[in-house]
Amino acid sequence: MRREPVMLAGWIMLGFLPAAAQQLTPDFRGATFTMQGGEAVYRNVCQGCHMADAKGASGAGNYPALAGNAKLASAGYVLTMVMNGHRGMPPFRGHFTNAQVADVVNYVRTHFGNKYRDQVKEADVQALR
Amino acid sequence: MTDVSPSRRSLLSMIGVVAGSAAMYHAMTELGYAEGSTFAGPIKLSPPPAGTTVVILGAGVAGMVAAMELRDAGYQVRILEYNGRPGGRNWTLYGGDSYTELGGATQHVQFDPGQYINPGPWRLPYHHRGILHYAKRLNVALEPFTQVNYNAYVHSTEAYGGKPQRYRQVQTDFHGHVAELLAKCTRQNALDQAVSKEDREVLMLALRDWGALDQNYEYKKSFESSMRRGFASDPGGGIKSVPVPSEPSALSDVLQSRLWSAIASGHNYEMQSAIFQPKGGMGMIGKAMGKDLGPLIEYNCKVTDIRQDEGGVTVTYVDSRGGKEARKATAKWCICTIPTPILAQIPMNVGAKMKAAIDQLPYLAALKVGLQFKRRFWEEDEDIYGGHTYTNLPNATIGYPMWDYFSKGKGVLLGAYTFGRAAYIAASKPPEERIKDALAYGSQIHPQYMSEFENGVAVAWHRVPWTMGCQGAWTDESREAHYNNLCALDGRIVLANEHASRLPGWQEGSVTSAMDAIGRLHTRVMNP
Repeated sequence: MRREPVMLAGWIMLGFLPAAAQQLTPDFRGATFTMQGGEAVYRNVCQGCHMADAKGASGAGNYPALAGNAKLASAGYVLTMVMNGHRGMPPFRGHFTNAQVADVVNYVRTHFGNKYRDQVKEADVQALR
Repeated sequence: MTDVSPSRRSLLSMIGVVAGSAAMYHAMTELGYAEGSTFAGPIKLSPPPAGTTVVILGAGVAGMVAAMELRDAGYQVRILEYNGRPGGRNWTLYGGDSYTELGGATQHVQFDPGQYINPGPWRLPYHHRGILHYAKRLNVALEPFTQVNYNAYVHSTEAYGGKPQRYRQVQTDFHGHVAELLAKCTRQNALDQAVSKEDREVLMLALRDWGALDQNYEYKKSFESSMRRGFASDPGGGIKSVPVPSEPSALSDVLQSRLWSAIASGHNYEMQSAIFQPKGGMGMIGKAMGKDLGPLIEYNCKVTDIRQDEGGVTVTYVDSRGGKEARKATAKWCICTIPTPILAQIPMNVGAKMKAAIDQLPYLAALKVGLQFKRRFWEEDEDIYGGHTYTNLPNATIGYPMWDYFSKGKGVLLGAYTFGRAAYIAASKPPEERIKDALAYGSQIHPQYMSEFENGVAVAWHRVPWTMGCQGAWTDESREAHYNNLCALDGRIVLANEHASRLPGWQEGSVTSAMDAIGRLHTRVMNP
């Protein structure tokens, strides 16, 4: 029995998507992430928390900066965070195509002052699925 | 749980196949699959040993009901709260309020007196007995909340040329066509395996009744169907009083429109009448709780460390408005309601299982936009009094104000209420662009938007500094793996909040989570 979507209806009312499209995680109805390329993904999704300048933000907790963040040296770390989430970061494996994930990982690792040369490939993303 | 007999189950699955999920869902909720609140009246705690102290982190609904009950039982309680007000997500924005989100954008709410928007929860279903108990206890005035408005719209850009359809028409047409189909199946003996002869006769009667079918079991333009979907010309008094029936949509149009997916919402257990809202905004409950607790709440506290040992719990905190000086609160026990995206970042010595449960629980993205208009055109022009319009546009929901009906002044609409991807995209934009988007989408349903708009406010929940999201984002899998570990008493620390409930996003989840947590805590206190 799938109870969670029923409960989520407290916040989410409906989806117009065909049943097959709703096999994604239950909170995603209606809009789709159609944007292509790392910059577009960043500007439409990631900067909601990590901010337009990738410097993060701080309130009761923190959204970590991606600018000047030594953890970005590891492509695998960034890739895993995007796919699986951790500590407040939601998992995005159900939202993005392999190309979108690879593109945005490569984007943040080559912008905002980051200059890492090694690239994540779509196959690397697929390996985590 | 109700046992479903094979024939009934077959019938259900046939309804599902023939008619789509809405009718199936309707039938399933009729069978009582959903569960109600576990709130069984006010908790009764025996007096604890004198001087038993509890520090509660967060003055939201969970923290405050825990504090009220523990205080009443004789515990020495104090609450540390990040904000300068009680309530947490029990929150209403009025004209004159300012709200600064993460990233620094500050919105100065311009609503007129009497107007408001609830960025967080806004419904109190009748069976959420816990939160209703506290509203009653604290004399918070409640009024009806209208979930389903038969004259509001369901709208899809992909159906009926993008023209909004009245809920009553879509529902009547959907039910009518499905009833006619099932009546045909029954007559052609297609259901003989599933339904007994005696039941078939009753089923035929029921289908005619449910679907507004005519004497031939057909759903078509008729007085019967118009009594549900409305007339082309209404009956009236005097000479020109003859009602003119309206023309139903064809079955294929109804199915292909997918608008049926929008009519099931009101069938949901949590959406069924009666639903209530506090007069003047949901925040009235939080305010009343805060007033009741008075000096037990210390505001503007940003927790930076939570440490337990054999003697008690020490919470370190600073002034959330920018203070550096670390202060400490100590107590024998700790109830922590801090949202998990924040709690995951606070050093806290709990066991690996609870830590893993906290770390894996982000909060969902959500967006609410409040829009003030010069006049209540939805009432004046379209006969819509409260309730909701649903659309496949990214604003998803338009909620009409459910107070001050027929007033001649201004009104505030809930202009967008959305989750998931649309909410992520909205959070990535500045508040003024979220409002602009809500206007652009909503004006496809209400063309009056652009000429009547005055001002608005947009809350994207991932930008809310004190939650970093709107509610715990559980999945079936993560619940299986982590839920019990999240809720378990860990030494002297126990968590409570909607995220530690099976009613995610509902204040009832916070109340029942808090009752469960203090009940277990009390047992531990009394049985050391």
